[in-house]
Amino acid sequence: MSDEHKQGRTPAITVRGANKRYGDFAALDNVDFDVPEGSLTALLGPSGSGKSTLLRAIAGLDTPDTGTITIKGNDVTGVPPQRRGIGFVFQHYAAFKHLTVRENVAFGLKIRKKPKAEIKAKVDDLLEVVGLSGFQTRYPSQLSGGQRQRMALARALAVDPKVLLLDEPFGALDAKVRDDLRAWLRRLHDEVHVTTVLVTHDQAEALDVADRIAVLNKGRIEQVGSPTEVYDSPSNPFVMSFLGAVSTLNGTLVRPHDIRVGRTPDMAISQAEGNVAATGVLRAKVDRVVVLGFEVRVELTTAADHTPFTAQITRGDAEALRLIEGDTVYVRATRIPPIAGQTQEVEAVLARA
Amino acid sequence: MTLSPVVRYLARYLALAYITVLVIVPVGLILWRTFQPGLGEFFAQITTPAAISALQLTLLVVAIVVPLNVLFGVPTALVLARNRFRGKSVLQAVIDLPFAVSPVVVGVALILLWGSAGLLGFVEHSWGFKIIFGFPGIVLASIFVTVPFVIREVEPVLHELGTDQEEAASTLGAQWWQTFWRITLPSIRWGLTYGIVLTVARTLGEYGAVIMVSSNLPGQSQTLTLLVSDRYNRGAEYGAYAMSTVLMAVAVIVLIVQVILDARRARAAQ
Ligand SMILES: Nc1ncnc2c1ncn2[C@@H]1O[C@H](COP(=O)(O)OP(=O)(O)OP(=O)(O)O)[C@@H](O)[C@H]1O
Ligand SMILES: [Mg+2]
Repeated sequence: MSDEHKQGRTPAITVRGANKRYGDFAALDNVDFDVPEGSLTALLGPSGSGKSTLLRAIAGLDTPDTGTITIKGNDVTGVPPQRRGIGFVFQHYAAFKHLTVRENVAFGLKIRKKPKAEIKAKVDDLLEVVGLSGFQTRYPSQLSGGQRQRMALARALAVDPKVLLLDEPFGALDAKVRDDLRAWLRRLHDEVHVTTVLVTHDQAEALDVADRIAVLNKGRIEQVGSPTEVYDSPSNPFVMSFLGAVSTLNGTLVRPHDIRVGRTPDMAISQAEGNVAATGVLRAKVDRVVVLGFEVRVELTTAADHTPFTAQITRGDAEALRLIEGDTVYVRATRIPPIAGQTQEVEAVLARA
Repeated sequence: MTLSPVVRYLARYLALAYITVLVIVPVGLILWRTFQPGLGEFFAQITTPAAISALQLTLLVVAIVVPLNVLFGVPTALVLARNRFRGKSVLQAVIDLPFAVSPVVVGVALILLWGSAGLLGFVEHSWGFKIIFGFPGIVLASIFVTVPFVIREVEPVLHELGTDQEEAASTLGAQWWQTFWRITLPSIRWGLTYGIVLTVARTLGEYGAVIMVSSNLPGQSQTLTLLVSDRYNRGAEYGAYAMSTVLMAVAVIVLIVQVILDARRARAAQ
């Protein structure tokens, strides 16, 4: 089954049979979810899929209708958030506006009545880690969004949480800052090694920082696996299309970059295909060629039934092929994701073509 | 709205004249009459036993009304801002009732309830605890007319604040009372202070409800406003002017505090 069993370790977080209904609507639909010790797991899904509901249930901020939750082997189902040993980071920072950066980070330690000197040392340490040393006496309103979120992370880390829960922590930031913080979070996790659950609706973010991805849809976990697994071997069309661009080639879902385009049927076949499932060669007409930096998007229609699809090829390939609109080319998907039933379907479609 | 310069000038002077006639002239006249006979006479009038008793009584009422309104107002505001329940809009309307009801009616209602012939008249009959025409009546009347202020000032601040910070505090280990003291209360402090200032101002100035439930005896059961009115009715007009000036001085201080708080709140909101 999953990798934590191979490693013989118990998961840091387990959720079993969690249900949460709002009226008729199921925000969580019988969710089972494991977070391996030390991992950075992304909880990925579209808006309204129940990501926050699941994360808040783990934190104890929401109570699911049914189900059990354990953190580090302790059943915390009825335990309030104060005693779950978690760190939580909110999308909109939830900074304590009337407290300085230092007081914000020290909050949890003060509640725990730690000695003053220890608090100061730890706070300064953490602010160093998150790159905010020198900002101790500022108020949150005097920080940028990215700095506020780093302060919130330091605040959550200060209490040495058993698990760190992040609810779209970079969602309110602009693209550039988000990218920087993402890379920074990855490095931080490699240093600190605290088990982390990152909620996001951005597949690029999940693929980028997580070592494990759980895909959530309509309150159900659709698939759990490494980024490569969920990207290359999605278990159903939803996961397939949520994790990246898709093209429908003769009724088969494939990644646009897995479509080879050639001037002759032979050229559409790659040498290095091995025994990966692939479609047969199809004839298609080029409708449009769009250059996107180092990639080229080719919009085509199949010659047999005129259905449109898109292929993504490298700039080099595109230049070698010298594609222009109206050209007839040969295409072939070099990799068909093993979504149940899909390969057979393709063969049937190809047989008809 | 775009107005021609002439109309704008006219409007400006019209507004100024209106304020002058209706506010500045009457207030100015009181001040002028007060200080015309000199400061000595003024001090003599505001330090008579009746005046000192009225000041003490008024301050005592304020000292009781304000803590009670805070103690009950903040939790009520919390309930209104954080919970959804049936009858919430009714509760909100009831809280606003003192704004709408004439203070005289408030006084009558209190007599009907607490008076010796009232619904709870046994408190006075059987226990000998005089409420109407006693000090408790004045406090009850003052609370009735000031109930909305703290609630109405704190509730929107709580709404604006949301629950994020409180949830963050709870994930950091804070129990609800710790969260309240360290997070919620500091966050609503300007709204709360503003509500308190309004409560103080209204308590100092309340006349209609208090006159109904007070025995109105000089040196005993008169608040500042009752004393002003009483002196005037007895023909001691100068004494009325002097006490009015004292009341106004307090009001101006309250107004200044209010302006400062407004500025602070505006800054805190940014
Ligand atoms: N208090 C509530 N009352 C009714 N419905 C709710 C409530 N809270 C959440 N929901 C519903 O539950 C579903 C899941 O909500 P949730 O916040 O977990 O979504 P999400 O995956 O975090 O989405 P987003 O990416 O937009 O934050 C949504 O459809 C939402 O409308
Ligand atoms: Mg969410």
